Amino acid sequence: MKIHEYQGKEILREFGVPTPRGAACFSVEEALSAAQQLGGKVWVVKAQIHAGGRGKGGGVKVAKSPDEVRQFAQQILGMQLVTHQTGPEGQQVRRLLIEEGADIAKEVYVGMVVDRVSQRVALLASSEGGMEIEEVAKHSPEKIHTVRIDPVAGLDVKEAARVVRAIGIPDAANAEAVKVLQGLYQAFVEKDAMLAEINPLILTADDRVVALDAKFNFDSNALYRHPEIVVMRDLDEEDPAEIEASKFDLSYISLDGDIGCLVNGAGLAMATMDIIKLYGGSPANFLDVGGGATTEKVTEAFKLMLKNPHLKAILVNIFGGIMKCDVIAEGVVAAAREVHLTVPLVVRLEGTNVDLGKKILVDSGLPIISGNDMADAAEKVVAAAREAK
Amino acid sequence: MSILINKDTRVITQGMTGKVGQFHTQQCKAYANGANCFVAGVNPKKAGEEFEGIPVYASVRDAKQATGATVSVIYVPPAGAAAAIDEAVEAELDLVICITEGIPVHDMIKTRYKMQGKKTLLIGPNCPGLITPDEIKIGIMPGHIHKKGRIGVVSRSGTLTYEAVGQLTALGYGQSSCVGIGGDPINGLKHIDVLRMFNDDPETDAVVMVGEIGGSDEEECARWIKNNMQKPVVGFIAGITAPPGKRMGHAGAIISGGQGGAEDKLSVMEASGIFITRNPAEMGRTMQKILKG
Repeated sequence: MKIHEYQGKEILREFGVPTPRGAACFSVEEALSAAQQLGGKVWVVKAQIHAGGRGKGGGVKVAKSPDEVRQFAQQILGMQLVTHQTGPEGQQVRRLLIEEGADIAKEVYVGMVVDRVSQRVALLASSEGGMEIEEVAKHSPEKIHTVRIDPVAGLDVKEAARVVRAIGIPDAANAEAVKVLQGLYQAFVEKDAMLAEINPLILTADDRVVALDAKFNFDSNALYRHPEIVVMRDLDEEDPAEIEASKFDLSYISLDGDIGCLVNGAGLAMATMDIIKLYGGSPANFLDVGGGATTEKVTEAFKLMLKNPHLKAILVNIFGGIMKCDVIAEGVVAAAREVHLTVPLVVRLEGTNVDLGKKILVDSGLPIISGNDMADAAEKVVAAAREAK
Repeated sequence: MSILINKDTRVITQGMTGKVGQFHTQQCKAYANGANCFVAGVNPKKAGEEFEGIPVYASVRDAKQATGATVSVIYVPPAGAAAAIDEAVEAELDLVICITEGIPVHDMIKTRYKMQGKKTLLIGPNCPGLITPDEIKIGIMPGHIHKKGRIGVVSRSGTLTYEAVGQLTALGYGQSSCVGIGGDPINGLKHIDVLRMFNDDPETDAVVMVGEIGGSDEEECARWIKNNMQKPVVGFIAGITAPPGKRMGHAGAIISGGQGGAEDKLSVMEASGIFITRNPAEMGRTMQKILKG
């Protein structure tokens, strides 16, 4: 689960990491009064959306007068902010962060991730502040310094001090920067984060270290023990279809093709998307109904897929293990009747009670196209989608 | 022969008395030699009771002492599952298979740290388990699609493993053992560990390796295969069409920072001499072509 920058900064402050003073605002008036309360002569008006690359897309502006604060707030609030992470349609800006201006002497990058290879939390740091770490990794990997953190001992102070020096923070600010890393690590572990980034972390002219940005992504499997994180969820930032799916415990991701897929199991669901592509089609979604699909769940899954205006055909691919094919077949028939299915439906069933399942589909009298195996089903659904065009 | 488990393996079930545990314990007990293999359950509150004739003990240690079992399977819900693994490791079992899906990553980091230097091997979490056909099934896979034979199967996914097994069985190729290593980013045995075991198993002739996007385990395994594997390997990677940054159901299945993409994995695998197929419907036939020469 992702949160906004201003929420990330609240968490950082809780763990002793300095950030600029600022306030989240939902209107131009709020932005103005926030600027007045902050005082000073320079303010930063920052669009709050979950995607990165906001600055380049015109979502971050430096205001040198209250008039400019008003002007930029008006510009940014409500705009469709397009960044390399939002897709071409962009994301509407509904919240702003108004912050005091910062006196930047130097920018660096610090972040933490779960490292699969070492099975530990890894600290990443680079002198290239403001640049995406992925870009740095591609073009100058030697500039990335990594520490794999011992989960019992925690972040070693000497290691942290070495990394801080390596990314070019002067010795006068070394201790303060080490404290930032320790705070970030503590936040990362205590809040069950999967990713945390401060990019940039800045050094001010008077050798203070300040987090100018904050990005967090939390482990959704651990949210049950973090009600304080759950309340930070912003549904406006998420795909409505994915939110709807999560209510029914369906794992759903929208894609840009026209063939809906309903599959049991994440791996098989990905493989189903792949085979559709291989046979010249394009998947409209990833949808894993999980191991315990009921008629209700299958019906909801159909409704979700049918909300997509581009949908031309549906492929149901089930390998029944614990989930019996007759149960899924009954679900498919009931769902097809309830939603008055208008697009061609190809069903491939395999595994437990497969014959019973196929009989239910045939006996239903519905125009369901049967796929004998994955390849046959993919070929048929791609052909059906083409004809429907 | 087989890898990791056979008809003489004795198994403790942690979380046997829950709904999921009950159902799968019945299924596992009914498969092949299961009635002799599943000898104990663990639940501190129900010690002394029985389920399906299987005695319940207060702890893994008690269950091991009373029955001599060396393997456990875990169906404990996510919040307590990492602690259940810890308990099995403390009791010095040989192998723990954790079926549970949804364990917090930071719990698994701590558990894996505690496992350093211990003898216990871990399969999973978030996996279907493993099976040696006609001998023993430990996990949630449908037993009837398997057939005894000489092909090893290892996979990060559940139903996609069944797909691979189903194709092999339909073509008449049985399996020595099938191992689902699970879809989580922090887990126990990796592809490379299981490939090593299949390489050393005299009754495995060839291996189907099913991977998916995310991480670099498949690449690491491929490099090992190039230099060490003496048996043919067929490979498939799920997720060629997955967009970057999106988590495809499995917590481990995400392409991030330009790493973990399917095409990258496939090209490393191909360069390592693995017989790859980009078509998930062709895993069985690709194996058939190789074995028939």
